[in-house]
Amino acid sequence: MHTEKRSREFYILAFFFALFVLFLYGPLSTIFILSFQGPSGGLTFPMNGVSMHWFANLFEQQAVGDFGGSFRRSMILGLMTTAITVVVSLLAGLAFRRRFRGSTFLFYLAISSLVVPSILISLGIGLFFQVLGIRPAWWSSGLGAHLTWTLPFGVLIMFAVFNRFSPAYEEAARDLGANAWQTFRYVVLPMIAPSLIGVGLFGFTLSYDEFARTLMAAGTFNTLPLEIYGMTTNVTTPVLYALGTVTSVFSFLIILVALSAIIIVGRRRARIG
Amino acid sequence: MTATAADISADAKNESDKPARPRRSVWRRTNHMLVSYLQAMPLALVLGLFLLLPILTIVMVSFWDYDSVRIYPDFVTFNYTETLGSWVTWKIYLNTFKFTLIVWLLTLFIGFWVAYFLAFHIRSTTMQMVLFLVCTVPFLTSNIIRMISWVPFLGRNGLINSSLIELGIVPKPLEFLLFSEFAVVLAMVHLYTLFMVTPIFNTLMRIDRSLIEAARDAGASGFQILTNVIIPLAKPGIAIGSIFVVTLVMSDFITVRFMSGGQSASVGLMMANQISLLQYPAAAANAVILLIVVLLIVAAILRVVDIRKEL
Repeated sequence: MHTEKRSREFYILAFFFALFVLFLYGPLSTIFILSFQGPSGGLTFPMNGVSMHWFANLFEQQAVGDFGGSFRRSMILGLMTTAITVVVSLLAGLAFRRRFRGSTFLFYLAISSLVVPSILISLGIGLFFQVLGIRPAWWSSGLGAHLTWTLPFGVLIMFAVFNRFSPAYEEAARDLGANAWQTFRYVVLPMIAPSLIGVGLFGFTLSYDEFARTLMAAGTFNTLPLEIYGMTTNVTTPVLYALGTVTSVFSFLIILVALSAIIIVGRRRARIG
Repeated sequence: MTATAADISADAKNESDKPARPRRSVWRRTNHMLVSYLQAMPLALVLGLFLLLPILTIVMVSFWDYDSVRIYPDFVTFNYTETLGSWVTWKIYLNTFKFTLIVWLLTLFIGFWVAYFLAFHIRSTTMQMVLFLVCTVPFLTSNIIRMISWVPFLGRNGLINSSLIELGIVPKPLEFLLFSEFAVVLAMVHLYTLFMVTPIFNTLMRIDRSLIEAARDAGASGFQILTNVIIPLAKPGIAIGSIFVVTLVMSDFITVRFMSGGQSASVGLMMANQISLLQYPAAAANAVILLIVVLLIVAAILRVVDIRKEL
């Protein structure tokens, strides 16, 4: 496999991989192109001229759908989810470095949070709030629903990070006279910072796009994916694609920012170290 | 939070080095125990409040009574007997299993070869990471948008149909492309293959390359290396990916609803319909059954492969 000349296997698999990437990105690129459809164009090709009409349409007052409001809610919810996911996963990661009574149970509980069907979480949280007599809302029950989805990823990432984290660095810091807080703040935290950004990225994007778990837990006001879903049933113009393009570009920007941050933090550490 | 693992490991050393001071050791151990509990508390709280209690609520409500406007606390079992006694339920479960099996096989095949290509055929680590990211990025964008994006492809006047007609391959548009079970499977493979690629890639990357060299030196063919060395070592990744894909497909309702255009059914969709009709206890009974089925499948996968050593 590491022979100098590329084998036939390589070319077959490279072709297969290229097809896979095309399969992943092809459909997304068509709605990107179609969102620039002319004012009289429809939901499919051919393009009836090229315009920004549907993007302008998106920001006008809509008969159906509340794009601005749902975007704002999804944004705030995403940021809240990110902050909580990063902090809680970090703390849990630190806790799991030691065995404590119930650690196995808690770990499996976190894993099962991924495995339990999303619609069950949605229904469960909805019913739980109803039984308690609390009105569900996107910032309370919705937030909880999102955390059941983002936290397991965060915990798993932190678990993997600390599994490969050598305690020698902390011992060295202690030998140099650092107290526990200093050891954490100046030794551990900078070393795991890129992973924490990764956890944050997962937290935000998973929350920003989450649908199934939010359905019953969001209360009166929709998050963006719920709004988009509602629009699929009653919007039959390319404005839907414009919305898709805008939110996808936004997701890509977030990913780009997070990845650059990871690279920059990593470089800085490499320079100092 | 103030005492981190630094003292934890130091503590472990103290315990082994100085057994003569048991009292301090005991005190420190309880202290560290307390720190661990405090650190684990937020996670336990969130999962308890938004996972454990909601599931218990579902179990409770599945025994409640309901009419068209509200639900009543009660202890009745007809939510279960009605669900299990109806042949519609069994048919829908069968249909869901069918989707699960097809999507599982397809994602496993695609996911394995994509991961294999990345792990064994890409030589530079940077290139590996870049290509892996190329596969991962769509996972971080909206599922609904990715589903909608199939419409201009598969629709009656979509790209595929118009090209096929133009090329003279078919005389009139193929109807089965969109709003069909074919579309459901296609969209699910599109959405979920990543869940297979990532864990398999992870295990493949950990395979000691000298094992493969050794197999080759011993005279194994490429195919023998694949079946006797690589696949057995990739089993944990395959298991984790399978758990993801199977549970996602088993509980899916949005893909089935959107891509089949109401032509097909799944357990999740049946529940979603009951929820929209406010038949919460019936939906809850369904949910309990689905949860048991999913957990049984996961347990079966875990029996075949022990994934604990992977984490």
